[in-house]
Amino acid sequence: MTLSDWLCLILVPLILTLLAIPLGEFMASVFSGGKNYLTPFFLPVERFLYRLLGVDEKEEMSWKSYAVALLFFNAIGIAALLFLQFIQGILPLNPQKLGAVRWDTALNTAVSFVTNTNWQSYSGEQTMSYLTQMLGLTVQNFLSAATGIAVSIAVIRGFIRKNAGTIGNFWVDITRSVLYVLLPLAFIWSVLLVSQGVVQTFSGYETVQTLDGGKQIIALGPVASQEAIKEIGTNGGGFFNANSAHPFENPTPLTNYLEILGLLLIPMALPFALGAMLKNRRQGIAIFAAMMILYLAGLGVFAWVETNGNPLLEKAGVADGINMEGKEVRSGVVGSVIFAHATTVTSCGAVNSMHDSMMPLSGLILLFNMTIGEVIFGGVGVGLIGLLSYAILTMFLAGLMIGRTPELIGKKLELKEMIMSIVIILSPAILLLLLSGIAISTRVGLSSLSNAGPHGLSQIIYAFASASGNNGSAFAGLNANTIFFNLTTALAMLVGRFSTIIPALIIAGALAQKKTVPPSIATFPTTGFLFIAMLVGVIIIVGALTFFPVFTLGPILEHLLMAAGKTF
Amino acid sequence: MKAKKINIWQAKFVIPAIRDSVKKLNPLVMIANPVMFIVEVVTVITSLIAIADIIGGRNVIFDLQIALWLWFTIIFANFSEALAEGQGRAQAESLKKNRSEAKAKRLRADGTQEVISALKLQKEDVICLEDGDTIPGDGDVIEGTALIDESAITGESAPVIRESGGDRSGVTGGTRVLSGKIKVRITANPGESFLDQMINMVEGAKRQKTPNEKALHILLIALTIVFIVVVVTFKYFAGYMKVDVNLSVLIALLVCLMPTTIGGLLPAIGIAGMDRLLQYNFIAMSGRAVEASGDVDVVLMDKTGTITLGNRMATEFIPVNREDEKELINAALLSSLADDTPEGRSIVILAKERLGVHGREIRAPQGSTFIPFSAEARMSGIDWSGRKIRKGSLEAIREFVAAQGTPITDPVLKITNDISTEGSTPLLVAQNEKILGAIRLKDVLKEGISGRIAKLRQMGIKSVMITGDNPLTAATIAAEAGVDDFVAEAKPATKLDLIRRYQGMGHLVAMIGDGTNDAPALAQADVAVAMNAGTQAAREAANIVDLDSNPTKLLDIVEIGKQILITRGALTTFSVANDVAKYFAIVPAIFIAQYPELRVLDIMSLGSAASAIMSAVVFNALIIPLLIPLALRGVHYKPASAAKLLRRNLLVYGLGGLVLPFIGIKLIDVIVNALKII
Repeated sequence: MTLSDWLCLILVPLILTLLAIPLGEFMASVFSGGKNYLTPFFLPVERFLYRLLGVDEKEEMSWKSYAVALLFFNAIGIAALLFLQFIQGILPLNPQKLGAVRWDTALNTAVSFVTNTNWQSYSGEQTMSYLTQMLGLTVQNFLSAATGIAVSIAVIRGFIRKNAGTIGNFWVDITRSVLYVLLPLAFIWSVLLVSQGVVQTFSGYETVQTLDGGKQIIALGPVASQEAIKEIGTNGGGFFNANSAHPFENPTPLTNYLEILGLLLIPMALPFALGAMLKNRRQGIAIFAAMMILYLAGLGVFAWVETNGNPLLEKAGVADGINMEGKEVRSGVVGSVIFAHATTVTSCGAVNSMHDSMMPLSGLILLFNMTIGEVIFGGVGVGLIGLLSYAILTMFLAGLMIGRTPELIGKKLELKEMIMSIVIILSPAILLLLLSGIAISTRVGLSSLSNAGPHGLSQIIYAFASASGNNGSAFAGLNANTIFFNLTTALAMLVGRFSTIIPALIIAGALAQKKTVPPSIATFPTTGFLFIAMLVGVIIIVGALTFFPVFTLGPILEHLLMAAGKTF
Repeated sequence: MKAKKINIWQAKFVIPAIRDSVKKLNPLVMIANPVMFIVEVVTVITSLIAIADIIGGRNVIFDLQIALWLWFTIIFANFSEALAEGQGRAQAESLKKNRSEAKAKRLRADGTQEVISALKLQKEDVICLEDGDTIPGDGDVIEGTALIDESAITGESAPVIRESGGDRSGVTGGTRVLSGKIKVRITANPGESFLDQMINMVEGAKRQKTPNEKALHILLIALTIVFIVVVVTFKYFAGYMKVDVNLSVLIALLVCLMPTTIGGLLPAIGIAGMDRLLQYNFIAMSGRAVEASGDVDVVLMDKTGTITLGNRMATEFIPVNREDEKELINAALLSSLADDTPEGRSIVILAKERLGVHGREIRAPQGSTFIPFSAEARMSGIDWSGRKIRKGSLEAIREFVAAQGTPITDPVLKITNDISTEGSTPLLVAQNEKILGAIRLKDVLKEGISGRIAKLRQMGIKSVMITGDNPLTAATIAAEAGVDDFVAEAKPATKLDLIRRYQGMGHLVAMIGDGTNDAPALAQADVAVAMNAGTQAAREAANIVDLDSNPTKLLDIVEIGKQILITRGALTTFSVANDVAKYFAIVPAIFIAQYPELRVLDIMSLGSAASAIMSAVVFNALIIPLLIPLALRGVHYKPASAAKLLRRNLLVYGLGGLVLPFIGIKLIDVIVNALKII
């Protein structure tokens, strides 16, 4: 690796941390209802919206009303998105005259964007009109991200409040997420992206003469505005099929790093927001540290494997040194590695390279990032929720081992919190194993595979890990636009999303009702190194125990076979 | 504290336990423990596979041995539970032994007596007892006073006084009236006494899971479900990779991964905790109370009886004039010779010591009249040959001397003031019109109490002393005993308010009480320990009863509570950590034939695929009986900071749990291959 590679690997987390700390503080003030420098601009807008929607911003909700409002809101989102896809042919802003989207693809896409997954079984430029992209997909990019942030804030309130029956107001939380956090950031990113050459136009596709005399149609569209929120909201749904590998989505090395920064920014800021809202910043730092340790460990292995290249291709004399297969030259190996790592530790799922072409052990890292539930920073909001669920599990074991009813941040962890955090941690894992098992043992599932042997297994696991983890990135190589995959992945996305959000709200409600236990010498401090180490250990062990067999058969076996010179 | 420990490793306990562990195989019983129930289900399936092998003429050796070891796994788990139950039963029996089933004299409504079997006594029955009678059931003295021998229950040979009205009215079935006539109102129906409740809790049927236990159960069940999914889908993933995995191998993998170690030992750990309570002469009303005691972070203690001995003792004579010292001591001695109060006796002892007349019997002189303490005069003394010696409080003596025309002098005031400032109580001694000096009466700490309070602090528990004394006295005792806080001039309602206040701040509060006016506070406290000698109201409001009536034993309850949780946590961690080694034993074994490259994962380099799977199963079964002593004894607990405790337990049970099975499985594999049994 060159010096600049090393710099990129180190600078990205460093710069992000420096940006995330003030953003976390800012978000804490936004959701605590405090004044900030955007209030003068947005407060009138906020007031107007509440009046328009008939929302009383002072009204507090129990976890049940919060959940009902959220489900209602998301159901409307799915219905609207479905409807839009069916009638896009007769609506304006459709220069390519694209017709109604096939029902299973439309359903999959609606679920996909509302659940912040942005799994795309279609290719954008051939399926979706500009209007659908803007009014449907981009709007949901904002709203699904806002939903995630709102729920994580509700959970934080659960820890803060004492003997309280309420956890905030969903409508207020979601409005503030959009107005104060997502819109300003998306605006900044759009401008920066446009400056680098990301296209933003309503005109139709260009037909151009190529150098060898042939014709080529170049797809265009209002890309930059969607591109920014794609990253900021860890959505990941590309305007084009090639996603961030497409030069109109991600034209330069600078945009490449901008996109990486964008997609990690809010997930990294949330632990700091937690610390600020708890008025216990060390707690936020501890949670952040656990995430960062896992992030750096995975990234280290990943970069090492990719920069060492593929021994078989080297032997054949077609490549040397590094693994460039499936990567854009302008992004380079390290630019692709950091992107791929970032997009799988979060639930983003944008891609700037073909994950399918990564080395087997790199594939293992990507799979691990997703299968542990995307808690290394994770998706906006839900990543923090996932990590807090692991923290609950960790403190349950730790509490028992020091002879006290387990507690976390002053809240006793009892039956309800245990059950719900287990649901959050394990249900995506169980779902992905079951669906992969079904896919791999049925003809309809197997027919979509492009590779045999262990790599084929990795493709299927990756698809369902991506769907149930609401990531949305694809391993490529798998033809997912079939009725079977459209329906199974839609199911995985729905279950994966709501088996995190609803239990999280239940936990928030249960915690808010409890009193806060004052710390004593017998309280295990959850800000120290031991806690961080144990939390990291629990995450790795839970992941390893659940996926050891399938990882052995997939990426590990593939790696060993490759080392022995065998291919499929 | 003395503990009556029963050695469980005797034939009379082990053999019935073995019998019980087979009886417990009944699926209807097993279902109470879902983890082990699933093990039983798959074990039956494996046994059927073995039988099918025999019928089909296939090689049965592998399947049969797997089935056998799976059965052992369940039986070992049942054995641990049965053994813990046996221990508890034996413990309870030893408490119950002396409970006679003799007759009881029941008072009829018309005032006459009838003799009925003690077993027929109902709640609210009133019985009459006199010298030599054994008390047939738990109850409250409603009339009279008696000397009672409680040695059958507490092991304490000194008899105790039980009387109606006060805070010492409770009597326990099985104890004996030495002298006195009392009427007792029975407070429990047959089979409902404290002891019966405790025995029920030890024996399966009425045992309720504590909230912590339930949460742990959920975790274990969730792990089980995940592993079932892992193993079932594993078959299909392997099938896709062209490897057919036998059902019996899948079951072996499943059972090895499932948390059978903790799942199997979980009931035993809870019961053994109860057993330990019994050893320390506690009766717990629920397992919940015991575990909550591990969480307690504030303890409310009465000063009198808990921190100090009940009575004040004389520690110093302070004369007004130096030269009067001898006279003061003499006067104090004379006035106290007939004074039978503990204070009086302590004055006699101190005076004899100062006069150097050890051992010699001194009697009140002929012709003297003793003036006992009376509530009106608030002093006691002696009249003898024209001398009127009185001792009493400042106010009483002030009146006494004023009546003879002398006012209190400044030096006297200074002495009493000094004594009060130091937290003691001054007792003035006057002879006729002259005040000779003062006796310092001091609260005396119970032996070892400050050490115990220090230990509480190490556990993170704050101690709060409650007393009716003035703040000065209270502060002195508090400082001497080393309590963290105190409340002086407390009224009966103070305790309840204090508990509510601490609970409002999020604390879990333990309270020790014996009086009827303690009952509301006991009912409010999270852990309420009542003295067995206390009133019925106190005992009913409490959730733990101390048969020894020794308030300092709270420490033992806290330790037992913590030990139960620690043992569960440690074995859960151990059990889960074990899975890593089992994966490394079983997964490569399944695939090596097809994919020899996977041999790198076989880091134990086990003999063969079959022996690898076998060894993991055997290890999984054998670890249960090996851990039974630990489960019954509990993980050692030493007060330390939470982080230190966790570090130690993580190291022993986490790291140990990770490493040990690698060694164990390798060893078993060597033996299995040496014996060529597979």
